Amino acid sequence: MIHQKPGLTLFEKIWKDHTVAQNDDGSSLIYIDRIFLHERTGSLALSGLSASDRATKNPKHVFCTMDHIVDTTPGRSDDTKVPGGIEFIQVTRDLAHQEGITLFDLNDPRQGISHVVAAEQGIALPGCTMICPDSHTCTLGGLGALATGVGSSECEHALATETLSFFKPLQMRINFLGQLPLGVTAKDMMLHLISNKSAAGGSGFAVEFAGPAIADLTVEARQTLCNLAVEFSAFTGIIAPDEKVITYLKDKPYAPKGAAWHQAVNYWTTLKSDVDASFDAEIDIDCADIAPTVTWGTSPQHAVSIEGKIPDPQQAEDPADSRAMSRALDYVGLSPGRPISGTPIQAAFIGSCTNSRLSDLRIAAKILKGKSVAPGIRAICVPGSTQVKRNAEKEGLDVIFKQSGFEWRESGCSLCFYAGGEGFSPGDRIITTTNRNFEGRQGPMTRSHLASPATVAASAIEGCITDFRSLGNR
Amino acid sequence: MKKFTTHSGVAAPILRINIDTDAIIPSREMKRVSRKGLGVSLFADWRYENGIVQRGNESPDFVLNQPDYLDASILLTGQNMGCGSSREFAVWALTDFGIRAIIAPSFGAIFYTNCIRNGLLPIILDASTINEVAAAVDQDPQANKVAIDLKQSTVAVLAGQQYTFKIEASYQKLLLEGLDPIDLTLRRQQIIEQFIAKDRLKRPWAHAL
Repeated sequence: MIHQKPGLTLFEKIWKDHTVAQNDDGSSLIYIDRIFLHERTGSLALSGLSASDRATKNPKHVFCTMDHIVDTTPGRSDDTKVPGGIEFIQVTRDLAHQEGITLFDLNDPRQGISHVVAAEQGIALPGCTMICPDSHTCTLGGLGALATGVGSSECEHALATETLSFFKPLQMRINFLGQLPLGVTAKDMMLHLISNKSAAGGSGFAVEFAGPAIADLTVEARQTLCNLAVEFSAFTGIIAPDEKVITYLKDKPYAPKGAAWHQAVNYWTTLKSDVDASFDAEIDIDCADIAPTVTWGTSPQHAVSIEGKIPDPQQAEDPADSRAMSRALDYVGLSPGRPISGTPIQAAFIGSCTNSRLSDLRIAAKILKGKSVAPGIRAICVPGSTQVKRNAEKEGLDVIFKQSGFEWRESGCSLCFYAGGEGFSPGDRIITTTNRNFEGRQGPMTRSHLASPATVAASAIEGCITDFRSLGNR
Repeated sequence: MKKFTTHSGVAAPILRINIDTDAIIPSREMKRVSRKGLGVSLFADWRYENGIVQRGNESPDFVLNQPDYLDASILLTGQNMGCGSSREFAVWALTDFGIRAIIAPSFGAIFYTNCIRNGLLPIILDASTINEVAAAVDQDPQANKVAIDLKQSTVAVLAGQQYTFKIEASYQKLLLEGLDPIDLTLRRQQIIEQFIAKDRLKRPWAHAL
């Protein structure tokens, strides 16, 4: 009798190759290839480690940047606008040096938002496990890494032991079928998914994104897609690495070189779900149904097509959902039944680990070229890394942004969240390429509407939430 | 790590779904590289008028400001509790305030683990059960305290009203005994080294830094 091994998912293959031991309780002790830190929560992990008289086990595999607290205004220094921010920066720097960790400090040309840097420096690799004390670490699943966010204590555990125990998540595959309509992006795909399946829809699952529309996405767009897996409450998102990913990683500073590169590529080509792999859940999405999508409320699941109307809480099936919708409408000051398009805004923001890469800036600049931001709108663009900023400047994108009325900033997380320093003004309605529209996220009493870079650029020009596809028709 | 064995206390209902960690503690309230003293900022935007954290500025409508719930040590919430940011400050704010357990239909994954790491017991019960508990508490929050027994995995309110919850045995042990997970893993150093030695042969490129 031939005994056949059951097929494995992409996630399961990486999981299997990183299993140090099966724990008694059914969880697995997983080897962690790469650890990334930033000054907000990494500082706590490093200081916890230090306070316990423990050391970083393998500093060569640990990288750190400054992104959360650091200012994004020109001439920045340790003394940030964030109250107490200087301590986060300096403690992180001191402990990174003490531990022998590679630090991309605030004026280093490699500095930038953790997840943007981890990809562009070739630190995150297909088939590697990676953690960072930041929920958007799942971004790196776009390269085929098994990457997940953790707390500071878990991070401390990984620093001290190169391992973490996890219960294996259930396996979900989401197939994006067909072709995306023109101008519809990874951001729209995820907001569409989350609005249909809820912000808790991925809870307990590792999600593999697959299908022809995923294969068509650029490697940067795949990072945007996987970035939002945590807003779907998934353990992580992951996409099988293909030729595009291999080309993307070739010659990146920390990617393998020479013989190691060829060994890596050979291994990476095995990283796809087997034909007979079994998934605990599978969702098919027809890309023809996806329009540019924008949020109206205070959860990423509160999203509608740009052509759509603000939903009526009374139509919600679940009473808890209905209450949350009513509360959200009250907070954002909008009424059901009204078209989302045309809603006046006070500010526009392009940046964050979701949408701040060169391709995002190119899309926005194409729309902004030769146009001006509407009077009274505060518009800000924050490149995802210093490298993105410099590359954008080489192409003259900075000139387009500035001429249209956008501020052009240094790299960092910036106004994706309010940390007590810079924020938008109370009551401001912001169209934003970020990932969270929670109450007060971008400043006290601010109202955030998540959208793609194209939608944000078009809305900044019109002064209201705008379908970028209608711009040319006016 | 702080042990959790049994606890009986006032349970405050915040029966909203998707309570994110930004709501539990906004980023602006994370002012020090420290795990301490964060309780005053817990639920800052809901607990204080205009989110300004200051004694005397409490919003009277928020449950934790109501006389019956001032000493709450248990929270009853909606599904996906603690979603969003990985900030462990959220758990440190809860424990510093005096919260020992949270009962919800589901939790954000990172938040759940952060709770376990800090001796805060996350209890999963279905939404209708939580509504029953909340209704019983609501009759007289100070008298109808919620009693939790981790070893038995039970939650009890009024006489005869008892529910059983599930928790992974390893988490239960960590909490009951107040163990340090890093110490436990450091004792397994040998198998970790054996794994790395083998992995270097299998995936040399991953170690070529």
